[in-house]
Amino acid sequence: MTYIAKPKFHHPGLPKNELGYTHRDYEGKISTLCAGCGHDSITASIIEACYELSIEPHRVAKISGIGCSSKTPDYFLGNSHGFNSVHGRMPSVLTGANLANRDLIYLGVSGDGDSASIGFGQFAHSIRRAVNMTYIVENNGVYGLTKGQFSATADRGSKSKKGVMNTDNAIDLVAIALQLGASFVARSFSGDKSQLVPLIAAAIRHKGASFIDVISPCIAFNNHAGSTKSFDYVREHNDAVNRLDVLTGRDPITVDYAPGTVQMVEQHDGTRLALRKIDADYDANDRLAAMTFLQKHAAKGQVVTGLLYVDPDSEDLHTHLDTVETPLNTLEARDLCPGTAALEKINASLR
Amino acid sequence: MSVQSPISSVNDFVVRFANVNGSGSASANELFARSILRHGVPVSPRNIFPSNIQGLPTWYEVRVTEDGHLGARGGVDMMVAMNPQTWDKDVASIEPGGYLFYDSTKPMPTSKFRADINVIGVPLTAITNSTYTDPRQRQLFKNIIYLGALCALLDMDPKLVEQLIGEQYKGKEKLLSSNVHALHLGRDWALQNLKCPIGLQVKKSDKVGDRIFIEGNSAAALGAVYGGATVCAWYPITPSSSVAEAFTSHCKKLRHDPETGKAKYAIVQGEDELASIGIVIGASWNGARAFTATSGPGISLMTEFIGLSYFAEIPAVIMNIQRAGPSTGMPTRTQQCDIIACAYASHGDTKHVLLFPEDPAEAFEFAAQSFDLADRLQTMIFLMLDLDIGMNHRLCRPLKWDDARQYDRGKVMTAEMLDEPGRDFGRYLDVDGDGIPYRTYPGTHPTKGSFFTRGTSRDRYARYSEEGAVYADNMQRLVRKFETAQDMVPRPLQANAAKPTKYGVIYFGSTAPAMDEAIGLLESRGHQLDRMRIRAFPFHSSVASFIADHDFVYVVEQNRDAQLRQLIVNENGIDPVRLVPILHYDGTPITARFIANAIGDHQDHLKVTPLRKAVS
Ligand SMILES: Cc1ncc(C[n+]2csc(CCOP(=O)(O)OP(=O)(O)O)c2C)c(N)n1
Ligand code: SF4
Repeated sequence: MTYIAKPKFHHPGLPKNELGYTHRDYEGKISTLCAGCGHDSITASIIEACYELSIEPHRVAKISGIGCSSKTPDYFLGNSHGFNSVHGRMPSVLTGANLANRDLIYLGVSGDGDSASIGFGQFAHSIRRAVNMTYIVENNGVYGLTKGQFSATADRGSKSKKGVMNTDNAIDLVAIALQLGASFVARSFSGDKSQLVPLIAAAIRHKGASFIDVISPCIAFNNHAGSTKSFDYVREHNDAVNRLDVLTGRDPITVDYAPGTVQMVEQHDGTRLALRKIDADYDANDRLAAMTFLQKHAAKGQVVTGLLYVDPDSEDLHTHLDTVETPLNTLEARDLCPGTAALEKINASLR
Repeated sequence: MSVQSPISSVNDFVVRFANVNGSGSASANELFARSILRHGVPVSPRNIFPSNIQGLPTWYEVRVTEDGHLGARGGVDMMVAMNPQTWDKDVASIEPGGYLFYDSTKPMPTSKFRADINVIGVPLTAITNSTYTDPRQRQLFKNIIYLGALCALLDMDPKLVEQLIGEQYKGKEKLLSSNVHALHLGRDWALQNLKCPIGLQVKKSDKVGDRIFIEGNSAAALGAVYGGATVCAWYPITPSSSVAEAFTSHCKKLRHDPETGKAKYAIVQGEDELASIGIVIGASWNGARAFTATSGPGISLMTEFIGLSYFAEIPAVIMNIQRAGPSTGMPTRTQQCDIIACAYASHGDTKHVLLFPEDPAEAFEFAAQSFDLADRLQTMIFLMLDLDIGMNHRLCRPLKWDDARQYDRGKVMTAEMLDEPGRDFGRYLDVDGDGIPYRTYPGTHPTKGSFFTRGTSRDRYARYSEEGAVYADNMQRLVRKFETAQDMVPRPLQANAAKPTKYGVIYFGSTAPAMDEAIGLLESRGHQLDRMRIRAFPFHSSVASFIADHDFVYVVEQNRDAQLRQLIVNENGIDPVRLVPILHYDGTPITARFIANAIGDHQDHLKVTPLRKAVS
């Protein structure tokens, strides 16, 4: 049996969020990934973020490609529709889904093989089109599902489990996302739940293309000495730029913040992010500075985590296409069909 | 050298314009075709153009046909030879007794002409140069001047041409009057200097009726508007780009919310065909009607996603405007060569629904219908056009729509249905025995009806499973669904010969007008044929009966490998000997002459060779 349902038992004492949902309502099937896989920690963070945001689970569409990472949507939000598409092509499927119904929340989950190799083009184009989505790459530097080949995010000089040295340069998806105009760009680490949960929550609240690169060690093929995506390596080289909480618009707060310590980010939908800045000089509204910051730290071999960039005035693809507010998938013949009178006119113009 | 009398014909001849790509001749040539239509005489024009933008030869052929034969005829009665590069070939293609119209500004050596044709020289460059100084004007008005001369030579009513120019340049008075002026320059010169009219003449008639003149791609795009498509994702490729471009312009006119001015559609030019079909599949999965338009190379790229659409049962529509392959083949030449590639697209056991419209009117109807079919069958539907229908104006019946028509969204379970007591929802459950399961749109119900869509094997409740029996159960249901499709798709149309016959012919798509004409030619040679026009795959049961009822059935198609014949043999288990392939694949549209000759020769041969008894 390859499918394991979670028992439906709900403990009456489980805490509930604003909508009355418990954690269990945000869970999915039992993971079939290797025990200890970083991807499962990301799953847990997604569940937590959705719970905290009081999202209606069924109003989320979770879309992925192919790979261990792309399997994870089955393990959260069991009451929402999921789509495990083809390798690397999650972004186009998500784009289409989003065009059909602008009212749902779109979570795209992908791997580094999925997004940085076969799907590199689709990743890039969905970002530049400003599709309203939260695009999460569960980045382990290897192909997990096909057993350990290097992916395009593997750092040059890192070693595979079999001892092979990677001689190709790495693609930094965060740098590319910044360059392509993503209006929300972050990086985190699967093991750092306190950082990852608010990042995911903020990304979901953000209108436009949100991209989060989550370093997620593959314990089967990429958690050894010599790998730059292992737990130990990341822990040693992590340099977090900020800490952030998400506060929904329903419960506005005033923050007494001194410049250089806390930064408020007004989101397009009215929600506000409170950034607790570790680096006093860091300005998350400056795309250019974010790019420089990233490159500077990369040169030092440091992994920068946190919210690197957010555009508070972001727009999305629907804004650009100027589509009606009503989801396109609910329009009927009476809304869409121009009818015989219009057709008669067209006929007449063709004689 | 035999003296050839000049061809003499009223309302039945072929004029071919040989031009250089980029010379601005296209609109003058089209004006010529439309002017004849305004005389009440049917025309059938065809573009023959190269796959580059400028400099290479291009031809535009207008078949003037009072009898209404809309296929290509073959042969040229009058060549308007405006391209020195192709002169020899152009002169050679004129029928004996035909006419050569050329720019006589520079004298040509007599060796450049043929003795058995009639040469008409008009000093076009000289006339243009003496009237216009601007080089661009000189080039453009030269085209109108030759149109004017043709008016005189063919005895066309200049008022009708003027009227068309008036419609074209409505509100642009300066352009209008300068075009009319150029028209008369040419006409007056011809009337004063040449013997007008010649043997080929256009006389007013009433054979056009209420028919419209439209390109197949534009009609298909309009079908998508009427059929309720809201999402279109595409990637440019000849000859399909004009589908998306027409959809865009139709939507701009017809699909904006009157109150807010906002768009009731979304059109995305994808980064490639993979993205385009991905967007279509994502949108359809989420309950919107979506399509893409492409051609052979695009189909090749899309096949992985096409397999997903088949296996995960996601509706989608692909309009495939076929061109000559394989590979880049001849990108601007027509063929019907993607039948097998589309019918079995993708890896593993797959089968897809194909629709074969014969003309723009049917392209409109089938395009609209394809969205209902995709939703009802929850699968990919291929609308199979080709360059010949797609990019040429064709005279066809007016487009029709029934205002009472509602979109058939197929088996979609709503929140209310999910809440019905005792209702069991399994995404891949065959509730009605027709192989078609119910689906739900994402976001429908807080606790019921959600499922995971995947390309991997799963059980009836959409739960991942690689158990052999579960997989086989699903694959068998997909076959059942395909059988159901047989009765949903447009049926073949059948017409019997005037006398009982042992022979039949099967054809499809853009071959139809040439076939209609070929039947007449064959009858005059004493050959009777029953005919069947196939309009869709899966094949209706009447296809097998039609073949069973005849000793031999010719299958006429525009590809090298007899792809429709292969499909019929494969799907219906028919003895291949019974199906005689008639194949035309040089990239030009098939002609009635070709069909009649190929079938006629075969039939004549049958008469002299002892027939092998066909076993049915
Ligand atoms: C077209 C295609 N090529 C190759 C594969 C095989 N394949 C499956 S998953 C995968 C790589 C997965 O790597 P990644 O996206 O990094 O995810 P991970 O398993 O590491 O989480 C590959 C190459 C496929 N499914 N489809
Ligand atoms: S192989 Fe690696 S990525 Fe895949 S489940 Fe195991 S640990 Fe995770």
